[in-house]
Parts: sequence; C-alpha cells; structure tokens
Amino acid sequence: MRRPELPLLAVTLTAVLALIVFAIANGLNPVLLTVSIMIAATPLMLAALGELVVEKSGVLNLGVEGMMIIGAIAGFAVAVETGSPMLGVVAAALAGAALALVFGVLTQMLLSNQVATGLALTLFGLGLAALIGQPYAGIKPPAFPRLDFFLSDIPVIGRVLFGHDLMLYLAFALLAAVWLFLSRTRAGLILRAVGESHDAAHALGYNVIGIRLAAIAFGGACAGLGGAALSLVRVPQWTEGMTAGAGWIALAIVVFATWKPGRVALGAYLFGGVTILQLNFQAARITPLWLLALALLLLAVNASVRRWQQGRPVAPVLGWWAATAATAALAVVWAPSIQSQYLSMTPYICTILVLVVMSGNRLRASLAAPASLGRVFHRTG
Amino acid sequence: MSALLSIRGLTKSYPGVLANSDIHFEVGTGEIHALLGENGAGKSTLVKAIYGLVTPDKGEMYVDGNLYEPRGPQAARAAGVSMVFQHFSLFEALNVAENIALGMSDPPGRAELWQRIRDVANAYGLPLDPGRLVGDLSVGERQRVEIVRCLLQSPRILIMDEPTSVLTPQEVDTLFRTLRQLASEGVAILYISHKLEEIRALCDRATILRSGRVVAECRPAEKTARQLAEMMIGLELTRPLPRLFTPGLPLLRLRGLTLPAATPFGTTLNNVSLELRAGEVLGIAGVAGNGQEELMRVLSGETRVDAEKLVLESRQIGAMGPNQRRQYGLLSAPEERLGHAAAGDMSLIENGFLTGNRRQRLAYRGFIKTATTANFARAVIRRFDVRTPSAETKARALSGGNLQKFVIGREILQRPKVLVVNQPTWGVDAHAAATIRTALRDLAAEGTGVLVISQDLDELMEISDTFSVLEAGRLSAPQRTGSLTIDEIGLMMGGSMRDHPGKDATRADA
Repeated sequence: MRRPELPLLAVTLTAVLALIVFAIANGLNPVLLTVSIMIAATPLMLAALGELVVEKSGVLNLGVEGMMIIGAIAGFAVAVETGSPMLGVVAAALAGAALALVFGVLTQMLLSNQVATGLALTLFGLGLAALIGQPYAGIKPPAFPRLDFFLSDIPVIGRVLFGHDLMLYLAFALLAAVWLFLSRTRAGLILRAVGESHDAAHALGYNVIGIRLAAIAFGGACAGLGGAALSLVRVPQWTEGMTAGAGWIALAIVVFATWKPGRVALGAYLFGGVTILQLNFQAARITPLWLLALALLLLAVNASVRRWQQGRPVAPVLGWWAATAATAALAVVWAPSIQSQYLSMTPYICTILVLVVMSGNRLRASLAAPASLGRVFHRTG
Repeated sequence: MSALLSIRGLTKSYPGVLANSDIHFEVGTGEIHALLGENGAGKSTLVKAIYGLVTPDKGEMYVDGNLYEPRGPQAARAAGVSMVFQHFSLFEALNVAENIALGMSDPPGRAELWQRIRDVANAYGLPLDPGRLVGDLSVGERQRVEIVRCLLQSPRILIMDEPTSVLTPQEVDTLFRTLRQLASEGVAILYISHKLEEIRALCDRATILRSGRVVAECRPAEKTARQLAEMMIGLELTRPLPRLFTPGLPLLRLRGLTLPAATPFGTTLNNVSLELRAGEVLGIAGVAGNGQEELMRVLSGETRVDAEKLVLESRQIGAMGPNQRRQYGLLSAPEERLGHAAAGDMSLIENGFLTGNRRQRLAYRGFIKTATTANFARAVIRRFDVRTPSAETKARALSGGNLQKFVIGREILQRPKVLVVNQPTWGVDAHAAATIRTALRDLAAEGTGVLVISQDLDELMEISDTFSVLEAGRLSAPQRTGSLTIDEIGLMMGGSMRDHPGKDATRADA
C-alpha cells in the first residue's frame, strides 16, 4: 500500500467503529445496518464509476441523474413485462447508454456546450421517465435473484459478505474492472491520454471523438445500471423522480474520489451510509452535537496519523482530541431538539461540504483532475 | 545519394488559403534537409501531410520509390516516418514510459519498454528516467522524450518541427550531435527552424518556401544567414541601429520576492529582485518554464503580492490589480496572444478598450465613448501597420504577427511609464518581429522602462541594454549586454552558473 493512504484507512476504520458503537448503543443490529448501507451505496457506486470513466476521457456529463432515472424506469418496465429482472438490468444499461449517446453526439460531433447539454439531459430524462412510468406506479417488480447459499448462514460475516442481490457484486466486479482498465491496460492509458490532452492524442493519431463516445456510452450504461439497482433492488418500486438527486451525489463522489476508482467505492459507502443513518438518527434522537463530535473525531484521527507517519510530534493535535471530548461531553448533557427535515438534508449538506473542502485545496484537485476535462475538442486538418 | 522521400506536385488548399501549391522536393538517405519559410509559408501543412495528419488535394509522395499515401499518423509510423512536434505532443500527468508507449503502434510490455528506453537514451546520449512524470521535466528533457519516442520505432525519415526554439545553446549542441549520429546511420531528417545560423551549421540542403510555393533550393552552408532570410521573405531586411544607453532614474523595483508555485507544474519564484530604470530595456532570458509566466503575472498584477514588494516610482503597487497598475503607468502584454492578451471573439476596437480604458479615458460615467475608442484602435492599426480588413474585425481573424503588433502597439500608444512584455515576437515572422523590436527600442528612447521576457537570445542581444537570466525561479543580477558571450549565458540558463553571478546584488554597469 502506498503510504499516503494510511490516514485515509485510519479514518475509515474509525468511522466504521463509530457506526458499530452507534448501532449497539441504540439497540440496532449492526449487521443489518451494514447490509442496508451496502444496498444504499450500490446505485451510487455504479453511477459514479461510470462517470469516472467519462471524466477520465475528458468529458463532463452532468446528465447522470437523467440517465439513472431512465435506467430505473426502463429496467423496471422490462422486468415487469417479461418477468425477468435480469432482462430488466440489460434494458436499463441499454437505455442509459442510448440516452448518453444523445449527449455524445450533441457534444462531440455537433460541439454543443457540455454543461448545458448535460443539464438538459437530466431534465429530459426526468420528464421522459415520468411519461413512460405512468402505468407502472404502485406495481411490485419480480424479485431480484440473490447470491444465497450455505455460506450466508455464517453469523455476521456470512450476512455481510454473502446473500446480497447480484447488483452489489456487479458493482464490485465493475470496480475491479475499471481499476484494472485504467491503470493496467493500453486502452485505459489511451483513454487517460485523451482526457489529459486531446490535441496531443489527436496528433499521435488517436481517434479522440470515437474514444470519448465509447466512454460516454459506458458511463450511461453504468448510470442506467445504478438506476435499475434503485428501482429493482433498493426500493423496489417505481415512483416518479425516485432518484432524488442520487445522480448529483454520484457526480460529487467522483470529485471527492479525486478520480480514483478505489476512492469512488469509499465515497459511495460514505454517502450511502449517511443516507441510511439519517433515517436512524431521527429515531435515536441524535443531535447535531453528536455529528459535530464525530466530525472532530475523524479530523483528530486524520491529523494524528498523518503526524505520526511523518515523524512529527503529535502534541499539537491534542487540541483536536480535547475539542472532540468536550463536544461529546456537551452532547451528553445538552440535547437540543432538531426538526427531522434538517436530518434529511444531511446527505446533501455532506455533498456540498465535501466539494468545498476538495476544491479548497486547488493544487491537489488540479493535479488529479483530467487536464482536458470539459474542454471542447475541435478537429482541424 | 538516392532519394528516400520525394514529394511531387503536392497541393493543399483550405477555404480561402492555398497552403501548399505544387511542392516538389527530395530528401536523400542520411541527409539533413531544412525547410525554410516565414510563418504561413506552408511548412506546417507540408509536414502534416507527410505525417498523415492532413490529406493533400493533389500530388504524390514516394518513400523509396514506392507510392506513399498515409491515412493517418499510425500509417506514417508504419512506413518509417516519425515526427517531433513544435508544441510537444506530451501528456504532463503521465510518466515518460506511458508517454512513449502512446506514441508507438505496438509497444512491448512494461519491463521491456523501460529497458529499451534506457538503451536508446544511452546510445544517443539522451539520459531519461522512464518513471518520472513528464510534468516535472524541463523543456529540454521533454524534447528528449519526444525524440526517444521516435527513435524507438527505428524511423527512416524523422521530421523535426522547430526543435530548438526552447533549448539552451548546450542542449542544442547535444541535439545536433544526436541528429548527425542518426544521419550517419542513414536516417533522412527533415528539419524546420527559424534559426538560420543553426540551419547553416547543421543542414546539408534547404528548400525555401514562400506563400505555399517552393521559391529556391540551396546549400545553406554556402549562403549567409542574411541571404537566407531575404530568400525567405523576398525583401531586404533592416536591422535597428544600436543606440547609446544612458539610464535614468529607477522606475520599477521588485524586492526579494518569494512566491510558491500556484499550479502543480508551476515554478516557485525564489528571492527575485529587479530594478528597471527610465530609458532602459531590461531583457530576461531563460528557458520556458523557469518562472517567466509567474514573474509576468506578478508584474502585470494578475498575481498580487505584498504591497511593499513591488514599487513603481515611489508608489507601493504590489497589492494592486492590473487596472490600477495601468492607471499608474505599469502596462503589460502577456505571451499568449489569443485568450490572454486579446479576446479572440471581440473586435480590435473592443480589445483596444479592454486595456486602454483607464489611461485613454475611453469611458464616461460607465458608458463607452464609441468614437474615441474606435479612433484609439485605428491609431494603433495605422501606427504599427497592422494588416486587418477593418478595426471591427475580430482579433481571432488576424494572423499571429499582425495580432501581436496590435497587442504590443496598443500598450505603446498608451505612453506607459513601464512596459512589461513576455515573448514579444514569439511565432511572429521576421518582418513583424523587426517592427516590434524597433518600436520597443523607440519607446525606451523616449524614457519608458521596458522589460522584455524572452527565450530568444538573439532577440535579447539585439534590443536589450541590460539583461538577467531566470533559472529555476531565481533571477541573476543584471549584466550589460555584450559583457558575456552567448555560451556563458547558455550555461547560466542551464543552471550551471547558479552561484556565480547571482550573488552580487549590485549592478554590473553601475
């Protein structure tokens, strides 16, 4: 493992630990809580991985939300009509890719503005999905196959690792495939090169537009799969506007992950976790002070590990730990009430905060981002 | 000498322009052949056609007597044609080996590729570490990456497009050794450059293009640089006369500025001090990427620093933005003509307004004074002989040289106290370059302090009174022009004299 990843690992472990403590303290089953977080994270992970590949090729497609909801309704409708959820999944991927190719043709061949076209794609997708979805409201889809066998009966680990629906494993297979593709294959290298400098790639004789169209179609298929994971597995039902901003969160995850596949998975689980936990917070009477204490704890862990790693004295970090302890103590004594609407906002507020923090460090963000991201490629000669 | 590459009757036209018209020439095995011509003479289109990036309208190309019709760069490489680009076709965020693999049609595995890069690099005296990020390399090292990338394909014809424009004199020597070694192994080299002395030293034959046609063929060693230049432009050249340099009072002072890099591949400015006096042309030499862009931004006001670091006359202006600085008389013209110095989709009148607004009082209570603004732009066009259909023409429609004349002229007509220009004649043809250089000298003669940042040493030798070298974010103490030879300056540009002249903070000529 590369050394800079160590603080990240420590922070993740602390967060998982906090989750378990929270679950036990409130009489929830930590295993069930984990499983529901995994289910919530799957659609985000699928969509974000697709968008990661698109952005690596230098294209910014803001239409993820639209492609997700088209995938959601296409998958749902086909699954209901044919009775086969697997056909539904295929249809979702195809529908997402088809919608993405509309974006691709407009932006790559007709040179329309990527931001405006992406926004239009979202609006168009939401409207079209609502239209197609009219007859399907309130219907139950056919049950999704699960990976259920004897290993699932192992306590704790069996429940967490096995017995999930196939979409979850598909997401992880996709994670491995995308990572392998981008970092180990020649095709992945060419894709990254196109995203880095389309003019140089063109001068070397690579087909910039063709490569970008392929990436856009792949991203659309992934977003469609994410939509199907929502309508066929997570909910499972069709309601208008059911993606409820998941596409935008997927876009934020790509930035959060600094365009690295492994961190996309981490981000998806973080946001999935926040989405599930905010439901439980309301029941558990968690106050904002507790959340503040958690945030301080994570910062303290991060700073401590980083200093320890660099061999610097850990003493200056004690302030963070003191602040964490003080906030936690205050949270025990004083419990200000909060309206549930504020807790429902948590995933979105987290999205905004993450984007602010990431873009605050311009040097790092600009190093990680593909240099040609969002720039129009105009072929000459 | 048998013809390895022969071009017969090649013609290519773009809407409104005949880029190449009935071009004939031949390059033999082991020959270094120069293509000479001004900007827009058709050299780029011609080599793009040879490299398969452009499909000619008419005419044939032959390699080894066989008809050669490349459908793209991959086909060209398969036929043994490689090219080193003027603007490097490299990817900064990828490492050397990845960059090289991208330029090969059939790259070997990682371990073998790394070994072959090291082998070729050593064989031709071009040391390279395959694992380093290209963004961290110097310009000279980046060019090595391009060359090694070509050599790994064992090319038979190598095209070099302006390879030395960004190199130090020592790096140029290394490059020439490599090229001569390649030629002795039978590789035909097609060499494009503006630098006539280099062509005289290196090339066996030269084909001269003007307005898309072949106008002459010669042996460059038998001609003087002046003769070559006059063949290129079809005119007699005039050089600005030397003048007496009597520095006046200090106008602009930058004191001990240290500024961390703002971008991942930027340069950190390290304790940079300079002083510019009235009537002085101060040249700042250096290879691109050594802090020129950063220094330019500090002087123009795009990057703000502590107020007391930069002093114009007695006013502390370090914390001011560009507009306020313009008001007080510090004007600047950045390197990038389109998109930085001028807005491409706006007319020349509007572009004139953008920087002339304050000093020329082109607005009244928030409204543009249209007639005055148009007159200002027309005055620039007339005085600097900017070739444009009208003042309403969009900046993008002008050729590089004409837009550069407008951008520099726009500042000069505002009667600056101090003018800072970066690469004033970069990519500009000889005629326009001479006009701009003369204008800068004339401006200094009237008492303005002129600071010229340039990579072109010949240019600095010609126009500056004093000069400093910017290397790795450090600025050497100023020297009188003529007190050092080009070779010594080259060593300073390469960093090998870092501790020698830079220590002395006093002026060499004081």
